[in-house]
Amino acid sequence: MEQTLEHQQRLKKRLNKSGRKKRWISRFLVIPAIAFLVFFFLIPLGDILCKSIINPEIHKNLPTTLEALKNWDGKSTPDEEVFRALVNDLREARKQGVAGAIGRRLGYEDDKYRVMISATLRRLPAPQVTDVKSTVIKASPLWQEPSTWQTIQWSSSVLTSRYLLQSFDYKIDPQTGKLTPITIKIHNEEVANYHVKILFRTLWMSFIITFFCIVIGYPLAYWLACQPTKRANLFLILVLLPFWTSLLVRTTGWYILLQSNGLANYLLQFLNIVDHPTSFIPGRFAVYIAMIHILLPFIVLPLYAVMRGISSSHLRAAISLGAHPVYAFFTAYVPQTYAGLRAGILLVFIMAIGYYITPALLGGPADQMISYFINYYTNETNNWGLAAALSVQLMAIVIVLSWIYSKISYRRRKA
Amino acid sequence: MFKHYYRSNNWKIARFLFNSFAVLILIFLITPVLVIIPLSFNKSSFLTYPIDGFSLDWYKAFFASDAWIGALKNSFIIAPIATLLATVLGTFAAIGVAKNNFRGKMLFMSIIMSPMVTPIVIIAVGLYFFFAQLKLTNSYLGLILAHTVLGIPFVVITVSAALRGYDENYSRAATSLGASPFIVFRTVTFPLIAPGVISGALFAFATSFDEVVVTLFLASSSQRTLPMQMFSGIRENIEPTIAAAATIMLISSAALLLSIEYLRRRNDRLRKPLH
Repeated sequence: MEQTLEHQQRLKKRLNKSGRKKRWISRFLVIPAIAFLVFFFLIPLGDILCKSIINPEIHKNLPTTLEALKNWDGKSTPDEEVFRALVNDLREARKQGVAGAIGRRLGYEDDKYRVMISATLRRLPAPQVTDVKSTVIKASPLWQEPSTWQTIQWSSSVLTSRYLLQSFDYKIDPQTGKLTPITIKIHNEEVANYHVKILFRTLWMSFIITFFCIVIGYPLAYWLACQPTKRANLFLILVLLPFWTSLLVRTTGWYILLQSNGLANYLLQFLNIVDHPTSFIPGRFAVYIAMIHILLPFIVLPLYAVMRGISSSHLRAAISLGAHPVYAFFTAYVPQTYAGLRAGILLVFIMAIGYYITPALLGGPADQMISYFINYYTNETNNWGLAAALSVQLMAIVIVLSWIYSKISYRRRKA
Repeated sequence: MFKHYYRSNNWKIARFLFNSFAVLILIFLITPVLVIIPLSFNKSSFLTYPIDGFSLDWYKAFFASDAWIGALKNSFIIAPIATLLATVLGTFAAIGVAKNNFRGKMLFMSIIMSPMVTPIVIIAVGLYFFFAQLKLTNSYLGLILAHTVLGIPFVVITVSAALRGYDENYSRAATSLGASPFIVFRTVTFPLIAPGVISGALFAFATSFDEVVVTLFLASSSQRTLPMQMFSGIRENIEPTIAAAATIMLISSAALLLSIEYLRRRNDRLRKPLH
């Protein structure tokens, strides 16, 4: 008896040991992929998200100026020493090729400061000049204003909330320290809530696209599931082929169909619905229809997979018990597809809010989603902080949605 | 009793409407894909219907153009290497995660899957700044690494699915016959999950072959890929060479689809005797 107990314990120990070994081998196999993704995905992702609160341009490039400004009273024009430090910093910045960053950063506060920096850089006093202050002021009279120096001090903190606030169209006024709404000037027109409108447009467009994907995709999936297997497989190819076709090929297809002398217009004229060609491109309608087309398989395929597993006898039983077929369908059939439906909806929505290519090619300026503006601020205006803040917005939505998605699919797996 | 419903005229009309609705949606799905093909053989230099006559001019133009051929070449340099990397890393990760429960498994899985849900523009911007510091922008290596990141989740999903149908008893049998873990993997496990690995690789290949946003951020004109060339083609001067390029891409994606379908069927067949 004792011997068997000891035997059992030894066996257990060996089992544990082999289990541990197996777990370690598992970890070891996963590590290359994880390391790769951490290095080439998570770090860059974290880097771009951090850029929304990091504010390095001023405190890094004007160090001695900021040091000298510590003794400044904050109301009058600073003294000679500060100007001397400024000139040194600017000269150093120019030597390292980072002078543009200073001008750009101050330009976010007000465009006149960007002009001021470039004007000053052009007429930077020579090292032997004694009266640095007046030379600098001559280059740009703005240096005389205490508000200029306040702005420099204001924008010199290491961390900043300005980009995140700006992505919701607010800023903190440097003078009063209060939250104030910002307007953006477009074609000489003051536009309020610019970025919030983009956010809502993105969500609204994704909502519309998801809605139509359900309305069209659900019946299609049901219809496919009702067909005999052979025929269903044949029709499924018609869903799978566009799904596999390159995004750009499909967008080109819609371009050909929807252009003003394209087939859609030809058909509309033939049916006498319109008498002269309408132009769909660029336009919201073209973006909607192309994105619905692209995302539809993502809802049809999971729904079809779920529906194939549902026995039609439930429906027949409900009808034989006296339910109207429509009523039976909604009470006996639809609830069984909820899991697939929810997953499909979230998948389509998550993909839709991040879309860039299709709106960029088929949409006008008023049809662009957040992704377009992230690209715009990164590549066109070089306002990287704002691009990062918009990325944070988009990422936050995606994280919340995919958390919900994982909850749903986890529950489904357990069930 | 319910036969009454099926025989009523209303029901017949509803069935007819439902069938036509489904057919219409299927037409909606396939039309934009098929509408390109005839235009690529069109004589006219406009990308519009009706067609003037048959010609292969646009294919000749495609194969004579340095921009398109360069793009095709670049795509065939970048996609296979990215596919290979993603397949190796993803297959190992899938095997590691498959049957064993260890602490941090959920975290590992969410890291592996995250490139799939992250909006592509954010990945592109992040890699753009990161690679700029490493001097990897405007280089093949940078694009290959970026496409590998995007391909890994697809490989992990398909290989995991293949492993779910793999009976662990095969490995046990091989081990009990004296095979080392490596031999077990090479001679038993891998051949059985190979269709899953290959279709994962095809997914990764398709991802890389179709990727444009990251490429737009990271590549200069000398690493221009086929989708990138199409993007600028649609944007700048839309001409029938695009239709020819699109048809070539369409045929290759149909070939990919057929290979994956074939592998899936084969996998199902292989699995059958187990149950």
